[in-house]
Amino acid sequence: MDEPLERRAVISGAAQSDIGRRLHRSGLDLTIEAALRAIDDAGLTVDDIDGLSTYPGSGGPFGGASGAELHDALRLSLNWRDGGLETSGQLGAVHKAVLAVGAGLARHVLVFRTVVEGSGGPVRASAAGGGMPPAFRYLIPYGAASAANWVACYANRHMHDYGTTREQLGAVAINARNHAASNPKAIYTEPMTMEDYLEARLVSEPFGLYDCDVPCDGSTAVVVSHRDHAGDAPEVPIQVNALGTAHRGRPSWDQFDDLTTMGMRDSAASLWERTELTPEDVDTAQLYDGFSWLTLAWIEAMGFCQRGEGGPFVEDGTRIAHGGALPLNTWGGQLSGGRLHGFGFLHEAVMQLRGQAHLQVEDAEVAVVGAGGGPECGALLLTRGLT
Amino acid sequence: MRSVVAHPGADVTGTPTRVVDPGPEDGFYWTSGADGHLRIAGCNDCERLHHPPAPVCPYCHGRGLEPKVVSGQGTVAAFTINHQPFMPGFDPPYAFGFVEIDEDPTIRLGTNIVGCELDAIRVGMTVEVTFEESGDYFVPLFKPTGST
Repeated sequence: MDEPLERRAVISGAAQSDIGRRLHRSGLDLTIEAALRAIDDAGLTVDDIDGLSTYPGSGGPFGGASGAELHDALRLSLNWRDGGLETSGQLGAVHKAVLAVGAGLARHVLVFRTVVEGSGGPVRASAAGGGMPPAFRYLIPYGAASAANWVACYANRHMHDYGTTREQLGAVAINARNHAASNPKAIYTEPMTMEDYLEARLVSEPFGLYDCDVPCDGSTAVVVSHRDHAGDAPEVPIQVNALGTAHRGRPSWDQFDDLTTMGMRDSAASLWERTELTPEDVDTAQLYDGFSWLTLAWIEAMGFCQRGEGGPFVEDGTRIAHGGALPLNTWGGQLSGGRLHGFGFLHEAVMQLRGQAHLQVEDAEVAVVGAGGGPECGALLLTRGLT
Repeated sequence: MRSVVAHPGADVTGTPTRVVDPGPEDGFYWTSGADGHLRIAGCNDCERLHHPPAPVCPYCHGRGLEPKVVSGQGTVAAFTINHQPFMPGFDPPYAFGFVEIDEDPTIRLGTNIVGCELDAIRVGMTVEVTFEESGDYFVPLFKPTGST
């Protein structure tokens, strides 16, 4: 096949703002901090940025800052701008930036995701009614106001069909906590035992408190550049190898055709269709853990094990630990690092491939990132250096 | 054993707390129970059912939609016991789940599973519809088949 368009793009810069539970700073303030750091990290100036992409953009229920706000605050002069919710999950903002660079619409695209959920409190369902999004019309009337409820149904069915256990879900949470101890920006760093995990209060069975990610404030920004402009970057460029963008099932939290997987089934399949690399080539996996079970679903979707075998794959934690065969969520994931909504995984993958991670995987050359749950998923395969 | 939670969406005074907000195509779903029958969107051309109701048949792309009475019998495909007070009027714990209807198991209905101990709910359990009147609506819930 022709070389996939995404190979024209590299990640030339990556950075984060301060991250915390309640920073009491505006989303725009955090975004500017991450953006300026990422631009500097790429060896660029603000004037070099000619593209801007964000998730979810304005109008979403949980945006931290809109592209327009940053555009205006920095007085950017852009050849391309995009922001929106209806894409390949949170990483869709990166996918679109990569395609814009590949198409020549922009040379250096700043991509960001900002969250202020630590200060802002949870997004609560309104009891007022009126204008309910169609996706929620059959969930909200039943008190299923949270993604915790929707994902829990899938997790429970996975347990029923495959014998997955709470202890196996706990292995994902404990792995994240162990790794977070090395991340100075992580939210939860105290050691957690399986007993601690199992004794935490229940949220929506089978999920307890530590199966759910921790809301935080923070912004992550990356710069996506055309590979022809990567030579001047101070850091080794991170090559975009493949995008995982497919949505082959119904775009619904409750009507997806298989109750033991979600949209990641299609994201991951489409990613491997666009590369000569295979799951065996992956040195570290950064896989979404908005809820612990989502990571199992991503592991299975990515082909690191067979369908239904995600539980045994993570059991006892040695395989997914730093130093194991598939070091997973080495920054602490959203479960302990903080709910940076997909972009924390991307940032960590870049740091690992540069050799700059806090908990470095030796000789990391290939990293896979999968973000999202329900029908809102997307994936990225990244490699170290230009190929 | 945990207690039976018959009607998680109604407070002690019987005031409806369920937020039902039909779109342009699915008003009938929420009022169908007035005569005791569950109705699902069906195509006038190929007669197949689909859900949620849409102004086109997803199979033959026919444009004629008609609510079709179904048996109200189904099977629990997945469920969770919710413990977190996410919404006013819904006092945990209560069961939320997906029920697949007997006429077509691809028709999956979000619902509360009521009328039994929470510990008794299982994937694969057969259930039947029961309606809870809530303001202008009759909200379809499901209970174990044959239970009162």
